[in-house]
Amino acid sequence: MSGHEDVKKTFLYDEHVKAGGKMVPFAGFWMPVQFEGIAREHERVRTKVGLFDVSHMGEIVFRGPRAMAVVQRLTTNSVGTVAPGKAVYTPVCLPSGGIVDDMIFYKVSDTEWFVCVNASNKDKDYAWFVQQTAGECEVLDLSDRYSQVAVQGPNALELMGRLFGDDVKAMKPFTFVRKEYQGAEVIVATTGYTGEKGGEIYVPNAAVVSLWRELLAKGEDLGVGPIGLGARDSLRMEFKYCLYGNDIDETTTPMEANLAWTIKFDKGDFTARDVLVRQRDEGCARALVMFVVEGKGIPRHGYPVMVGDEVVGQVTSGTLSPTVGVPFGMAYVARPHDAVGSRILIDIKGMKKVEARVVQPPLVKR
Amino acid sequence: MSVPKDYRYTESHEWVRIEEDNVITIGITDYAQEKLGDIVSIDLPRVGDEVERGEPIGMIDSQKASSEVFAPISGVVLEINELLNDDPAVINTDPYEEGWLIRIEVEDLEQIDELLSADDYEELLGKLDDEEG
Repeated sequence: MSGHEDVKKTFLYDEHVKAGGKMVPFAGFWMPVQFEGIAREHERVRTKVGLFDVSHMGEIVFRGPRAMAVVQRLTTNSVGTVAPGKAVYTPVCLPSGGIVDDMIFYKVSDTEWFVCVNASNKDKDYAWFVQQTAGECEVLDLSDRYSQVAVQGPNALELMGRLFGDDVKAMKPFTFVRKEYQGAEVIVATTGYTGEKGGEIYVPNAAVVSLWRELLAKGEDLGVGPIGLGARDSLRMEFKYCLYGNDIDETTTPMEANLAWTIKFDKGDFTARDVLVRQRDEGCARALVMFVVEGKGIPRHGYPVMVGDEVVGQVTSGTLSPTVGVPFGMAYVARPHDAVGSRILIDIKGMKKVEARVVQPPLVKR
Repeated sequence: MSVPKDYRYTESHEWVRIEEDNVITIGITDYAQEKLGDIVSIDLPRVGDEVERGEPIGMIDSQKASSEVFAPISGVVLEINELLNDDPAVINTDPYEEGWLIRIEVEDLEQIDELLSADDYEELLGKLDDEEG
């Protein structure tokens, strides 16, 4: 019996297969894990420009006269009061402070927000939003209508400008505009999760194949190529960007994850504010840090972090940095071992312990 | 997926080639290297180490995952593949020849009879394929 009958395909599936993509099931979709090789794709994004199919991600809209109050209450960051045309990264918390999901809110107007959520959490997020909104505004799941393409790297804005107009090249980070593409309305945003300049394009499904092909054709001289999930993971790790399910989940809070910059305590009441205020004032027992391994051995999710014979934490993400060639990772580490410069040990499957040092992210400079 | 007929195999995707004088060579299969993807580093036992059947003896790291290597047979490590220190990706390009991992002097050759034949191993891979759709 096959175990993958329910795995869906994005509208770019055939493009990936033709390009030699190695397809794996991820968050309910067949997604390319790599094309030419993770390290080479990683380098392409750091030095040129890469295209990511992120159509598996969910799109949810909040709309209505009371939507402002709803989105301010649901999130920790100030997604409501920014100017229209701004994008804001924010966690959404349970009353316990645990993270339901992390996502980007795009403010369309004072009465409408377009939200991009993690694929694996989409149904959970939608149910949470509907329950918490309690009819105060509309909450619409538009995920089945939209495909999404991320264009990331130093040449990304140049490439996006060639398709959508020169004004796009001058867009500031975390802003968005609406554009027309082949008669369809698309959202062109300067957001992303690689640490590089670039953007993300939300496009109706019917137009995504021609958008993908045109980006590849018009970016040939810029060094464009398709990028798989493998490089997406190593790229985000070098900037210590959290991956939901690995680094953050319902048992971790934004304060513990060192996401304090996404919490606006002065914006009025919001879900989990009391818990987060207490953690801010009293400190957390543990913190999510970046570390670099000094020696041989690649840290992976779940490996214990030790100081002497004592377990003081756990690795949440880790890999070999394709950019600088050293093993590194992210881990929750108990105070005071979370301080930059602290020496820790990573227990590799009980086979050996390798020395590591807590460092200030990011691992690579932009 | 290549599975040489004259090798023996384990369910954890190691291969064993019988040399002479109670010596065997160990590596990982084509299936294993394909699953791991681009191999970036390895960690193997030292010459002279005793290894015990079924116990982890090393680690193979690819860019996206790490996988333990288990001893298919008990014995003493005679030799490790030094080539892999400089170029572990040889395991990807030639898993059954240039990409071998270690040579072991075996104390009890009868353990070899308990390993999978090439036909058994191909059958196992067929089942794994079905599970993956």
